[in-house]
Amino acid sequence: MPTPFECFAARAQAVSAEVHRFPARTEALDFVLNLVRTLEGDRLQPSFAVWAACPFLEGLNEAELTERAPGLTFHVTRGSASAAAVGISQIDLAIADTGTLVQNATSVEQRLVSMLPPIHIAIVETGAIVPDLPAALSRFSPQRGRGADGPPPYLSFITGPSRTADIERVLTIGVHGPERLVIVCVDDLGGGQ
Amino acid sequence: MSTAFKESIDKAIHDSNLTGALGRFSEAYREGRAKAYEGIDFEALRTEIAAVKGGAATHLDELAEEFKKNAEAHGAKVFRASNPGQVNDYILKLAKANGVELIVKSKSMASEEIHLNKHLEAQGIQVSETDLGEWIIQLAGQRPSHIVMPAIHLTREEVAEIFSKEVNERLSSDIPRLVKIARCELREKFLKAGMGISGANIAVAETGTLVIVTNEGNARLATTLPKIHVAIVGVEKLVPAFTDVVPILKALPRSATGQLLTSYVTMITGPAPNTDGSLKDLHIILMDSHRTEMAGDPKFKQALQCIRCGSCLNVCPVYRLTGGHVFGKVYMGGIGTILTAWFDALKESEDIQSLCIQCGNCKEVCPGNIDIPDLILELRRRLVKDEGQSLKEQAIFAVVNNRRVFHAMLRSASLLQRPFEKDGFIRHLPLFLSGMADFRSLPAVAPKPFRDIFAVGRTSRSARGLQAPQTSLEQTGAETTSPGQAGVEKDAKKSVPERALESPRGPGGPPHRAAFFAGCLIDFAYPEMGAAVVKVLNKAGIEVIFPEEQTCCGAPARYSGAYEVAAKNATDNIDALLKQHVRWVVSACPTCTGALKNEFAATFESLGMIGQLPRAAELAAKVVDFSSFVKALVDEGRLKLKPGMDLGKITYHDSCHMKRTLRVDRQPRELLQLAGYELVEMKESDTCCGMGGSYSLKMPEISAPILARKLMNIEATGAPLVAMDCPGCAMQIRGGLDKQGSPIRVRHTAELIAEMVE
Repeated sequence: MPTPFECFAARAQAVSAEVHRFPARTEALDFVLNLVRTLEGDRLQPSFAVWAACPFLEGLNEAELTERAPGLTFHVTRGSASAAAVGISQIDLAIADTGTLVQNATSVEQRLVSMLPPIHIAIVETGAIVPDLPAALSRFSPQRGRGADGPPPYLSFITGPSRTADIERVLTIGVHGPERLVIVCVDDLGGGQ
Repeated sequence: MSTAFKESIDKAIHDSNLTGALGRFSEAYREGRAKAYEGIDFEALRTEIAAVKGGAATHLDELAEEFKKNAEAHGAKVFRASNPGQVNDYILKLAKANGVELIVKSKSMASEEIHLNKHLEAQGIQVSETDLGEWIIQLAGQRPSHIVMPAIHLTREEVAEIFSKEVNERLSSDIPRLVKIARCELREKFLKAGMGISGANIAVAETGTLVIVTNEGNARLATTLPKIHVAIVGVEKLVPAFTDVVPILKALPRSATGQLLTSYVTMITGPAPNTDGSLKDLHIILMDSHRTEMAGDPKFKQALQCIRCGSCLNVCPVYRLTGGHVFGKVYMGGIGTILTAWFDALKESEDIQSLCIQCGNCKEVCPGNIDIPDLILELRRRLVKDEGQSLKEQAIFAVVNNRRVFHAMLRSASLLQRPFEKDGFIRHLPLFLSGMADFRSLPAVAPKPFRDIFAVGRTSRSARGLQAPQTSLEQTGAETTSPGQAGVEKDAKKSVPERALESPRGPGGPPHRAAFFAGCLIDFAYPEMGAAVVKVLNKAGIEVIFPEEQTCCGAPARYSGAYEVAAKNATDNIDALLKQHVRWVVSACPTCTGALKNEFAATFESLGMIGQLPRAAELAAKVVDFSSFVKALVDEGRLKLKPGMDLGKITYHDSCHMKRTLRVDRQPRELLQLAGYELVEMKESDTCCGMGGSYSLKMPEISAPILARKLMNIEATGAPLVAMDCPGCAMQIRGGLDKQGSPIRVRHTAELIAEMVE
């Protein structure tokens, strides 16, 4: 029996997402910063990468991170996200049998970083992988008589990068959304849960 | 049928870009869909969807109110519109009040339905589609040709041409490059637009949630960047509970594009913040526009179970030749024909309903469990009721309505033989034998119909005492390919008492009696198939009788909307067949079998002839198709096939009504293999051959290429022999192969089995 992570990774890769797994936040952070630096290369572009506020960042020193990856900014606006090559956000849940990321994207920053830049790095806790769509939706289902609210204003399901086959049915990645989706699974988020 | 309509078909069929793209897609779709549904119980899933959406359709008003209440509680503004004009006006007013100059739209069929863009542009507001396919179509000034893939009819070169004009730069036809151009151009518009318009795939009453399914991500941008978001939602998108989203989301991407899930699913429940910190100005328009009316129609209510996946187009052998434009309106294909009849007018469906060949492919794959072919027949029936039948069809059915006249005409047709006189009455009689179609050879009407041969069999049998009764039947041409050579006996007309052929006693069992229902084609064109059936059943110890008063099964009349004629045929046949004390009524034509088994009752029900239902049911219980019956006889040891035969390769064509009405596909294959054939499956074995009864005469331009594809798939197997269980398919396929001069032989399963019974 494959583990939930193995299922998830296989499905996500099948739809052209990249999947990486790290034991803890430190390693994941190293990976993200290295990736941003590599992508940035010699370009000195302010807001090359935009990172939306999220639990993963809690307790981390933003200035220190910016030092390690100079194009990184935590100031997410329409302008910075439009200009950025990389958007980074944290995801709430993942679905194993479709390779899907589920994000409460009510905060507009979450949406901007995952929609506008050509590359989206999505961080998700390995333990937050649920088996299937019903399991994911049940998290947001209104519980009658128990006072739960139901789904948040903007709930996003992301399965692989943006795609189209509208010209001659030829699959082409990256239309209006990211052309690259890099999923970073972290087993132990530590302080960043 | 209007000339313009015929011309549009002609144009589409000769557009090799279109037919090429659609043909390739339909092949890829079949595989992709099957793979996407692996491990999923599709029947259970669509039963669930039908229950959810069917239930919702009975409570549209309550659900709309509940949705409104809940969405408004979250801060959305909900407007219930009864007609397209109200929707257009609402959006125009909203745009003007907010000084909106540019609107970005993500895909919405509802907005197409109400011609929103035209309305807004006429008032000086710029509207840009953002779905790549829709944008291409918009720039080209065309209409979508597919619900899900609007620009499937255009080539990359054409798209390059269209984009080059838009960006004033000569672009190559490199697809990734073209997609980048679209991203760039449209990104600017997203950032500038004052309003985003979307549709919705599901609207949840319980939570006031909109569910939007896309792949490109344009709906996410359209609902995030502009400060105003307007969602246009047909009320048929309403479901009661949040959990009802699950089955629909499971089926929609799988059925639409063979994906497990689309790249993006967005669920919006009330306004979320804008980029400037304000809250989204969220307007949701619940549009009725004939949906409630449709829900009130007991027959058509089920069409509201549609989830707009487009799978009925993707599997349609006609759509893959014509594309969507010939349908003339916003919605296309099977479901589109039905929606056009309701959203526009019944009359508007008059031409397009005739495109349906009734093969039943769409019904098999519909995740909303909608009986699309049946609804199209119902449209046909209502059109005939409203508009009357054409004079030509009236003349035909006046004859078919009267068995004696009908059969007398068929007999005289045999005297004229080939070639049929183009202007003679034979051309119109009966439907499937009339008319010249140059893409295949047509059989001559047999010099002696099966009913006469059968009578001879009886006569000679009684003359020869205990000799096997089927001898004379065999002589009539079970081996001949041209029924014209069938032996004629002088005393054919000799009157014989209504006594059946006696069967040789079966091993260990009492003799059973079966009535053989020939159907017009076997009776008058392929008597040798009938002879084969009788021989096989006799060998199994079944006594076969042939009630002379049997007549046309009524399918041609029913498929032409002439339900009164179909009902008369049904009544005549019920009388003729129930008069006989038989356990079985066996037919070797799946269309007839389906008619006897299911359609008699359905026709009576449609006409309110409830009193006839018990007799229809009594008959239905006796009816069985040849192959299922014979396979059972073999399994029970009542019929033996010659052992150890090596008969070489054969391929099998699944007739539409055999596979999808009678649900029989295994039995004939197993019989042929037991007989000693090596079965080689052809590609798309269960795709229509293009016959469709009178369809091949009404729509020869469509029938011919469907046949051509079938012949290609048959030839590709390398088998010298193709079997099938339908005389109609045999006529179409044999005629096509003959025309091509192909050596491949076409046989009814019954003929092949008759050669191999011990």
